[in-house]
Amino acid sequence: MANIILQIAGGIMLLSLVLSLYRFFSSGTLVNRVIAFDTMTIISISLIAMITHYSGRTIYIDVALIYGLLSFLGVVVVARYLEKSL
Amino acid sequence: MNLLILITLSVIMLVMAVTAVVHKKLTVAVLATGVVSLMASVMYLLMAAPDVAMTEAAIGSGLSTIIFFYVLNKIRKAK
Amino acid sequence: METLKIIGAIITLIGSLFLLLGSIGLIRMPDVFTRIQAGTKASTLGTLLSLLGLGIIYFDMAGKIFLLIVFILITNPVSSHMLARAAHFIGVKKADLTVVDKLEEKGKNHETKNSAK
Repeated sequence: MANIILQIAGGIMLLSLVLSLYRFFSSGTLVNRVIAFDTMTIISISLIAMITHYSGRTIYIDVALIYGLLSFLGVVVVARYLEKSL
Repeated sequence: MNLLILITLSVIMLVMAVTAVVHKKLTVAVLATGVVSLMASVMYLLMAAPDVAMTEAAIGSGLSTIIFFYVLNKIRKAK
Repeated sequence: METLKIIGAIITLIGSLFLLLGSIGLIRMPDVFTRIQAGTKASTLGTLLSLLGLGIIYFDMAGKIFLLIVFILITNPVSSHMLARAAHFIGVKKADLTVVDKLEEKGKNHETKNSAK
């Protein structure tokens, strides 16, 4: 029972990943693409946690830990680039 | 479930790689490269290699994006 | 034990539904700033809920998951705030429905300080 619910949750996460990919291409400016990139990194953190459940190895959560520390740096650098103060 | 995740992530990776090659603006190409290495990191995790996934997450999606945007900022100042 | 697993799975399902809501809001919203709000706040809540559900299921991962929740709560609003600030200063077009903009009203000395840097 719990396995089926978790698999449905993983499917919903994949669907939202594809939906946020649509925003990357549909609108022109750089800021919209950076928002789509940020959302994709956040969704993939929880997708890594779901992969930890599917494969059954608890060591995989360390990758999500590294990602949660480092994923905001890219968005901060793009924001400073747009603000012309890097 | 693993097969579904693999197929979806590889399709996204392919689209982003084609975008990084074809697109006119350099900033969009650098962002697309970041998405490619993000998906590659999750796919390495699915192929049971967590150390490679950690390295790809730190280097590919963090450091290379920072260095590329730093260089783009320098080029814009020089013009 | 089985009841606890089902409770954790349902919390994870609610979190993934929040992720889907954030992604739909990213498509439907008319403006850059509302898109930042939809794409970051809903996604943060969804990630927190799904990690909390996995922490209920696996008790031996609970320490690392708590650390991950703290990291996400610190870093994620920082990035969205800096992105919104940069988008405001480079003059991104606002939607027609925008009522009030407090940063532009008091923002003259901000802009002079920013351009003098």
